Amino acid sequence: MFVAWRDLRFARGRFALIATVVALIMLLVGFLAGLTGGLAHQNISAVLAMPGDRLVLAAPDGEKPDFAASDITAETQKAWTEADGVTGVLPIGVVQGRAEITAPAGAQSAGAPSAGAQSAGAAGVAVVGLPREDSAGRAPRSTALTALAPASDGEVGLSAGAAEELDAHVGDTLTIVGQDFTVASIGEDVWYSHTAVIALTPSAWASVDERFGGTGDPTVLAVTGEADWDALASSTSTSAASPLASLRALSTFTSEVGSLALMIGMLFGVSALVVGAFFTVWTMQRAGDVAVLKALGASTASLVRDALGQAAVVLAIGIGAGLLAVVGLGALAGTALPFLLSPLTTLVPALAMAVLGLAGAAFALRSVTSADPLTALGSTR
Amino acid sequence: MITFENVTLTYPDGASRITAVDDVSLQALPGEVLGITGPSGSGKSSLLALGATLIRPDSGRVMIGDVDAAGLRAKDAAALRRERIGIVFQQSNLIPSLTAREQLQAMGELGGAGSRRRREAIRSRVDDLLEAVGLAGQADKTPAQLSGGQRQRVAIARGLVHEPDVLLVDEPTSALDQERGAAIMELIASLTHERGTATLLVTHDLVHAGALDRIVRVLDGRLTEGGAGATSRRELQRTAA
Repeated sequence: MFVAWRDLRFARGRFALIATVVALIMLLVGFLAGLTGGLAHQNISAVLAMPGDRLVLAAPDGEKPDFAASDITAETQKAWTEADGVTGVLPIGVVQGRAEITAPAGAQSAGAPSAGAQSAGAAGVAVVGLPREDSAGRAPRSTALTALAPASDGEVGLSAGAAEELDAHVGDTLTIVGQDFTVASIGEDVWYSHTAVIALTPSAWASVDERFGGTGDPTVLAVTGEADWDALASSTSTSAASPLASLRALSTFTSEVGSLALMIGMLFGVSALVVGAFFTVWTMQRAGDVAVLKALGASTASLVRDALGQAAVVLAIGIGAGLLAVVGLGALAGTALPFLLSPLTTLVPALAMAVLGLAGAAFALRSVTSADPLTALGSTR
Repeated sequence: MITFENVTLTYPDGASRITAVDDVSLQALPGEVLGITGPSGSGKSSLLALGATLIRPDSGRVMIGDVDAAGLRAKDAAALRRERIGIVFQQSNLIPSLTAREQLQAMGELGGAGSRRRREAIRSRVDDLLEAVGLAGQADKTPAQLSGGQRQRVAIARGLVHEPDVLLVDEPTSALDQERGAAIMELIASLTHERGTATLLVTHDLVHAGALDRIVRVLDGRLTEGGAGATSRRELQRTAA
């Protein structure tokens, strides 16, 4: 790195420029990753919090499973419950609709009907019907979603996002399609398809679903056990996939994340190209120096180390600066946008950029390895 | 010491081959400056490239001390250059980003086995050598801040800083005026004598022949004067006059 460090010092303007470009690309990638993460969280956190080894969705006649269209009949539910290897089935209903706070706790009088009460807040929500026990009588694995399950039909559990959007507090009365529920608890932040989750008992949910025009049947089964999932799914006209794989059945998620991932992928490609192009031009400009160093006895390995080391320094500075900007601006943006700051949205893209940048720089190494020391003799530089 | 034994080198030229060096034998002894002169295209630079292990002869042996450089792999040839051969190029060929001191220090950073020991040894010699070439006060200047003569002095110091057995010098005065050229030639001669290096110096300019201990003349790849024998300095000076 002896010559490489001094080259960095000598041509600091050029290296500062490329480091700035890398920093800007990192900022863009980091922001998109954070936004993708934030949007994904608002889309899928409820699905990922469903407590089962497999999530079962209706897939009649080989149709592609879809959370929004799934309807699990009692017969299907029974077939899964009684299947070999299945140790528990938790029927969950999900429907999206509008909810409003019709009687804040402080304004509520005993026995007062909701009709005519003044609305404190209204918002679109994902209404989830959640039993507190599975088919085997066991409490499901505790997750941010299952923790919202209310104890009785007249109660509702709100996620933090729903409470914020509705400006709701424990004890408030919440109305969904004319049915009143008392806010029993406010839990963690859980979202489904960009709507904040509220949880009802299965029977209360069925009633609400019917009012929305549904059948009242659950839409997804969270199944635990070790069964022949494919055979069971085939025999019951359903699909059975892990919570992560089930996200493909959430059409908003696939289209949204697909677009953003494409943009991130393109930015990764741009970063590799930019770094590769810069170092290609740079090493071509240095071809004479490289030939002289080789003629003086420099090993190709030491020249390659120098070139890659130089690229690593530029990438580290650029990516580091970009990452700091992402964290700083992301923390600010997080108050107004669905923005997720986590290692997955910061360190992973940074690592990917570093690897791709080095790959781009490695492409430029041809100029180093192929430089002919003989050209140093008689050259006029 | 560097020895050429019946060395022949040909280059492809379409379907045929051109003979650049034709059965040449010569030797430069420790502490001696052997000049190689001849017209353009006579094979002087090819001899230098052979001595620098940058090309392999078709036949014959090029001995650097007791090592036959002709049969070395590229990696081993690079190691030999790094450790036992110094090269001074026609146009100094200094690295633009390095100061004069760093040009010399860089010789210890060329990689290979024993790098750390070599680096320390070279660093310990840098300032003395810069003083020896008259550049003690210019050590922190980059090539762009030095004159042509000063750059060539740095190149000479770089060629000697790792204490090579053999110094190969290619037309060191071609870009300099006569006065500076003479000073550079005297510097090479004095350092060669002082350090016991075997120096092979290619030049087409016999004005500064007084600095050479012996001279061989090359024409069409063959030695026409000198060879294993010697053309004395006195004769050279007479020729130059």
